[in-house]
Amino acid sequence: MDSERSSSGIYLRNPDQRLVKVIVSGPFGVGKTTIINTLSDIPPLRTEEVMTATGAVVDHLEGVRDKTTTTVGLDYGRMSLSDDLALCLFGTPGQKRFHALWEDLTQGALGALILADTRRIADSYEVMGLIEEQEIRYAVALNIFPDSPQYPEEELRQALDLAPETPLITCDARDRSSSLAALLGLAEHLLNLPVLEQS
Amino acid sequence: MNRRLIPPYVWTGGRTRPSRNVLDRLTVLRAATDQVPASLSPAGRRVLEILLDGALPLAEVAAHLSLPVSFVKVVVSDLFDEGWLIVRAPTPAQDDRMPDQQLLERVIRGLRALQ
Repeated sequence: MDSERSSSGIYLRNPDQRLVKVIVSGPFGVGKTTIINTLSDIPPLRTEEVMTATGAVVDHLEGVRDKTTTTVGLDYGRMSLSDDLALCLFGTPGQKRFHALWEDLTQGALGALILADTRRIADSYEVMGLIEEQEIRYAVALNIFPDSPQYPEEELRQALDLAPETPLITCDARDRSSSLAALLGLAEHLLNLPVLEQS
Repeated sequence: MNRRLIPPYVWTGGRTRPSRNVLDRLTVLRAATDQVPASLSPAGRRVLEILLDGALPLAEVAAHLSLPVSFVKVVVSDLFDEGWLIVRAPTPAQDDRMPDQQLLERVIRGLRALQ
């Protein structure tokens, strides 16, 4: 279609397509990049976010000259559900120092899928702490690796300090239908949830 | 790594703050023209160029151009003010702590259809 580069596949199917933000988080190396690559129907991207040394998100460039800033790259993917609806997946680092980025990114998001690895369950404590601070609903998906140990669900729920209604899903981030099932688990959970009480 | 030689604030002609606060990562951008005017800044030209062939959310424009999202917001804001872009702000997926039930149902239907 496109003469220079076959880039037409990168564009929105239609300019009025509604874009819905979904956060994908979890500790470093848990498979955020993999699941986004699996689910995205555009070539996966990396977006650059500028943060100050103190961890604040730079939303404009005012005063940036004087401050030490760092750039953090986020995995990003988009999947169309229909001609007028697409999910935009933002891979968000799960470390506490990205607290401000979390606050900024979760604005307007539908919910979050938190990935965990049963081989290193303690690595998930930071992200579980982060998500509790946010007004965002979530589900946890265990990304299963060939050498992942099996634990009773109750033990895992306790380790992650999950509320009884929070879904704990198992998935293989490399597998499309398994990853879709994890997202579906999140969406169904959100549909069933009562309105959050004012805190 | 690909270090930029020119700091973003030079590229934006010293302006640092987008003139509109409505710009979000998922604001949908389209070109309001079918050719890129020569008068634009280099960054403005690159942003408009990629939008000539279709619509993209702001975050994706930034990613394709390997530019920080905050920087692209400033450039987009200028292009919009000058009439080169059509922008559409995203609808939040939840309003007043209430997830949009109709939206969720559409998402669920869509995900099931893909399985």
